Amino acid sequence: MTQPVLEVRDLSTHFFTDDGEVKAVRGVSFEVMPGETVGIVGESGCGKSVTAMSLLGLVQRPGKVVHGEIMFKGQDLLKLNKEELRNIRGRDIAMIFQDPLSSLNPVLRIGFQIDEAMRSHDKIPKDDISQRGIDLLKQVRVPDAVHRIKDFPHQFSGGMRQRAMIAMGLSNKPDLLIADEPTTALDVTVQAQILELLRDLNEQTGAAIILITHNLGIVAGLCRRVLVMYAGEIVEEGPVEQIFESPQHPYTWSLLRSVPRIDSNRQDRLLSIEGLPPDLIDLPVGCKFNPRCPFRIERCFNEPPVIENVADAQRAACWVTMTRAYDEMNAATITDTSPGAASGVHPRGRRPAADLTPAATAETLSD
Amino acid sequence: MAVVAAPRADQEFASSTLVREQASLWRDGLRRLRRNRLALISAVYLILLGLVAIVALFWTPYPTSAIGVAQIYSGPSGSHLLGADELGRDLLSRLMAGAQISLSVGLLSAAIVLGIGVVVGLTAGYFRGWVDGIISTVINIFYGIPALLVALLMVTVLGRSFTNVVIAISATVWMDVARLVRGQTLSLREREYVEAARASGARSGKILFGHILPNALGPIIVAVTFVIPSAILFEAFLSYLGVGIPPPTPTWGAIASEGVQALRLSPHILLFPSIALSLTLLAFNFLGDGLRDAFDPRQKR
Repeated sequence: MTQPVLEVRDLSTHFFTDDGEVKAVRGVSFEVMPGETVGIVGESGCGKSVTAMSLLGLVQRPGKVVHGEIMFKGQDLLKLNKEELRNIRGRDIAMIFQDPLSSLNPVLRIGFQIDEAMRSHDKIPKDDISQRGIDLLKQVRVPDAVHRIKDFPHQFSGGMRQRAMIAMGLSNKPDLLIADEPTTALDVTVQAQILELLRDLNEQTGAAIILITHNLGIVAGLCRRVLVMYAGEIVEEGPVEQIFESPQHPYTWSLLRSVPRIDSNRQDRLLSIEGLPPDLIDLPVGCKFNPRCPFRIERCFNEPPVIENVADAQRAACWVTMTRAYDEMNAATITDTSPGAASGVHPRGRRPAADLTPAATAETLSD
Repeated sequence: MAVVAAPRADQEFASSTLVREQASLWRDGLRRLRRNRLALISAVYLILLGLVAIVALFWTPYPTSAIGVAQIYSGPSGSHLLGADELGRDLLSRLMAGAQISLSVGLLSAAIVLGIGVVVGLTAGYFRGWVDGIISTVINIFYGIPALLVALLMVTVLGRSFTNVVIAISATVWMDVARLVRGQTLSLREREYVEAARASGARSGKILFGHILPNALGPIIVAVTFVIPSAILFEAFLSYLGVGIPPPTPTWGAIASEGVQALRLSPHILLFPSIALSLTLLAFNFLGDGLRDAFDPRQKR
């Protein structure tokens, strides 16, 4: 069996703010095989980006990785010193950011910035750098690359800037490319082009890709495996088709129900997930999703669920799981998805709507 | 819905044979600067003044310190265009040499202030924490001491000389640039392209001088153009008080000081260096204003 290129074990990253300790990522474990495409999905603020930043040691004060190990090609990234870590960044693990306009330095030429990524490391021979810069720009399908490489970022369109960022990311032939919402700032047609490009590059270069997004459609289009994060934890993971077909965690289920589908029944209502993600300073006891879960049971308020196998290659952290929810709580037919609606559990005399804030809807998920 | 093949990106742009203007931020700024008439006139004046200063190195109508080349206290005349002073020295020659002193003091102080300010400011802004704490405290202490007192003390202790005057001026104005650069760095270090550069494995030095400094250069240049006139004014002030560059070096401040004593008899000795000083200070300030307008992104038209 091949070794995973990246193996994250029990990673926790906290931010020590004046208001308290924000537990942004808690006990996250996952692995990425060579050449694999893994998606990390979840709402805003659920710890996706912090997880990615933690991998590269880019979490800034007041944030700190408090626990865990990140095994990359046999070494623990958390144990490396600054210089060793700098040598990994951009060389073996590259990252693409959300907004290609603000990720490119406005006063430096595109070519200079692509070359700089190579000059920071010695993986590419010095003499080859400028030619490779042009080749990379061609590879990411920027037309007229020979001339365009001398342009400044503001002369590039949004899609081209993101292509240039991808070229920078790929310049040192990394083993792993982390793409943090690479298409969020782009319009839909350009999104499709960028995704197609990432897919092709994944096949051509064999670089594994971790794709961070809140857009389930993008995950379906690019990834083979998906991790669903909620409130700093992985609540479900598995192969994309399987998770889309039969999600086991109520959060995943709700997420999928909140996305319009072209093949859905016209009478079906588009469901939103009511409430907001929990306060990461003062987390709910038990399952972190319990304040919003339609299927919650008493146990969810007392014990945090453990992530365990729910099907072949699929794991979820839920005491109920959707299989049971379908069997016992008529999950297939419910229209009321307010907390506890399906299970009828409204503990401690609290009225069901008491802790509700205006609903997080499909809009807030996809903007 | 008709099946439309998504256009391939390279076809999309294949026909872009348009002549694209390589408009960088700099070129853009210079273009705006050229449209500002006052700044342009100021720039021309300063260039001329610079030429005069260079010429004065090799040639002046009369030797600058030659006594009695004209009648003492004589007014402007054909052979002495700006008249003569109390020792019969030719005033035009002395003003030309004074321009050279003023510009050297201004530019040299600005260069020193720029060097110190940029390094100190970048360090404080980038590393934050206790480094920033110490540097900011030092800056505040320097702000707390009156500039004139520092200058007087330094000149008294170290002696009156060109070098000491430049050091004294630099010591009293470096904080402005340091503080500006610190502020710029604090804001620029949070930009995503800095994060991206860090993620691509760039070293700290590269991030500081390759990414942060070039983006802060606009405001820095503007600040430095304002340092020059204040240094020139401060030098003239010190010389006027008699604690600046020692005589017989003809500085504008010293000439003006001599002129005040003969104000009733021959006001031109005070008038001409004052005009030269005022015009130069105005020109630097107008140019600085013009530069600020040209490079301030908020005023982009």
